[in-house]
Amino acid sequence: MSIETKSGTGRPQTSGRTRGVALSAVRGLALALVSLPGAVICFCLTVVSIALIPIGVGIVTTSWVLTGVRAFADWRRLLAAEWGGVRIPRAYRPLPEGANPWARTFGMLRDPATWRDVLWLPVDMTAGFVSALLAFALVLYPLEGFVIAAGLWRAWDDTYWYGFVPVTDQITALYAACLGAALLVAAVRLSPLALKAHFRLTGALLGSGQGELAERVRVLTETRRDAVDTSAAELRRIERDLHDGAQARLVAVGMDLGTIEALLEKDPAKARELLAQTRQSSADALTELRELVRGIHPPVLAERGLGDAVRALALRLPVAAEVEVDLPGRADAPVESAAYFAVSETLTNAVKHSGADRIWVDMHYTEGRLRVCVTDNGKGGAVVGAGSGLAGLERRLGTFDGVLAVSSPAGGPTMVTMEIPCALS
Amino acid sequence: MRVVLAEDLFLLRDGLVRLLEAHDFEIAAAVETGPELSRALAELEPDVAVVDVRLPPTLTDEGLQCALQARRDRPGMPVLVLSQHVEQLYARELLADGSGGVGYLLKDRVFDAEQFVDAVRRVASGGTAMDPQVIQQLLSRRAAEDRPLERLTPRELEVLELMAQGRTNAAIAGRLVVTERAIAKHTANIFAKLSLEVSDDDNRRVLAVLAYLDRGR
Repeated sequence: MSIETKSGTGRPQTSGRTRGVALSAVRGLALALVSLPGAVICFCLTVVSIALIPIGVGIVTTSWVLTGVRAFADWRRLLAAEWGGVRIPRAYRPLPEGANPWARTFGMLRDPATWRDVLWLPVDMTAGFVSALLAFALVLYPLEGFVIAAGLWRAWDDTYWYGFVPVTDQITALYAACLGAALLVAAVRLSPLALKAHFRLTGALLGSGQGELAERVRVLTETRRDAVDTSAAELRRIERDLHDGAQARLVAVGMDLGTIEALLEKDPAKARELLAQTRQSSADALTELRELVRGIHPPVLAERGLGDAVRALALRLPVAAEVEVDLPGRADAPVESAAYFAVSETLTNAVKHSGADRIWVDMHYTEGRLRVCVTDNGKGGAVVGAGSGLAGLERRLGTFDGVLAVSSPAGGPTMVTMEIPCALS
Repeated sequence: MRVVLAEDLFLLRDGLVRLLEAHDFEIAAAVETGPELSRALAELEPDVAVVDVRLPPTLTDEGLQCALQARRDRPGMPVLVLSQHVEQLYARELLADGSGGVGYLLKDRVFDAEQFVDAVRRVASGGTAMDPQVIQQLLSRRAAEDRPLERLTPRELEVLELMAQGRTNAAIAGRLVVTERAIAKHTANIFAKLSLEVSDDDNRRVLAVLAYLDRGR
């Protein structure tokens, strides 16, 4: 930044610390000059603009004003990183492309980061301003002591107070210089601290939840890897099934038809026999394709949604299952699909391992979460551990920020609860 | 016999039209979307409707919903539902009113023209035609959980399976190569063992299937 060029005023031999102090003083002054008017203007515009929303004007202006506030905050983030080494994460929610002013305004107002900005502005114009000014004043004030001792005290007719020293003559002016020297020693330490405090303050308000954010990124990275792995494995399975199953059968049908064509004249009886076999092959191919489709996206799920798909699933189980569904709408296709296969796997596990003769499935939607409980009256003892099917299930639900809880004391009963945050339409 | 046909795939619709016409059915209308089907069923009052489960515009279960609605408007209206897959859930919904004249078959069954046409006739005359896949799922499930079924002999189970598909005693006798009288005896035993009242009701067999569907729910 342009201000940095002024750091050249420090003498070479005392570079290091002196230079750092001078730099923080200059930067403090610059920040103080910027933060007070900047924050006041931004804050006033924001408040006025939001207040004008009820009469319509605010709907148009708010998104512009908030964009300006964000630019101001972004610039301060940049300064915090370059001057103070304080990284402040930027966590605004993306706005949809080409959104109308209404959507833009309310999209921005719904973003917690916007409110962090608005909260930060008054703090920046007070505490932020003071801390930045302090970084400057802590360096300037001791210098005043020296200037007074050098003769400036003559400029005042009566007593001039420098700190707690009343300056009336050269002697007291020297005292003032001594105090100035002491203050300068303190400033060397304190001025950079004041500047640092300023940036820390900005960071604390603007970038709240940095740890949370980092954790979120870690989780997302992990679940994305899981999702990519799973879908790749799924594609390989589908390719293999098509290649070894339906495709091979259709090739056989084609070959048989060729043979039948040749046999038609010579050996009609043999041709008829082959024809029956060919029909069986085509029927088998259809059955295999049907199974494959069921494995990718079950038809009932596509036609009726999650509730009926799970009901249909329960009907096919060899164990009596009761299904309770209370869903006021349909979730997004990927969420429905994930929930369906999770339930399907849980039911399969229950039938295979629990020894239960009754299963209850309860699905409902509360507070933005789809919750599915699968309970059986079996012998229990299921664990979520490495290598178990439940761990795989947990990973797959994780892709959707879903969670899995298993309660399965030895002796039963087993209760598997799944929760996926989602919106219903 | 006048048929309304609903199928969105042109090739299959065309094939079905030709197949049915070849067997002396009169095609009153061959439509490809749900709303068209609803209109045709209400206006033409056909003797039987052959309907694909999935129809435009939603491409979900529009066809099934139209068929169910038509049966609510005109109880006992014969409907044969075709599907790329069969689900007990849908079979249950079709049979729920207990009035017969319903069929639910895999599309593959069209390959066997005779059997398919037979199913259409059966449905048109108030009988049922359930896909063997539905019945098999049902029987394997019931066999695992219901006591009464354990009392049936293997032969009786076989008869029950064919009966549930909607076949007449004569057809079952022909299939199992025994006399019709023997089948009558088997069915009487089955109803007795399952403690189903034997009545003169025309739809006794539908009720039998229904009793199965609802058992243990």
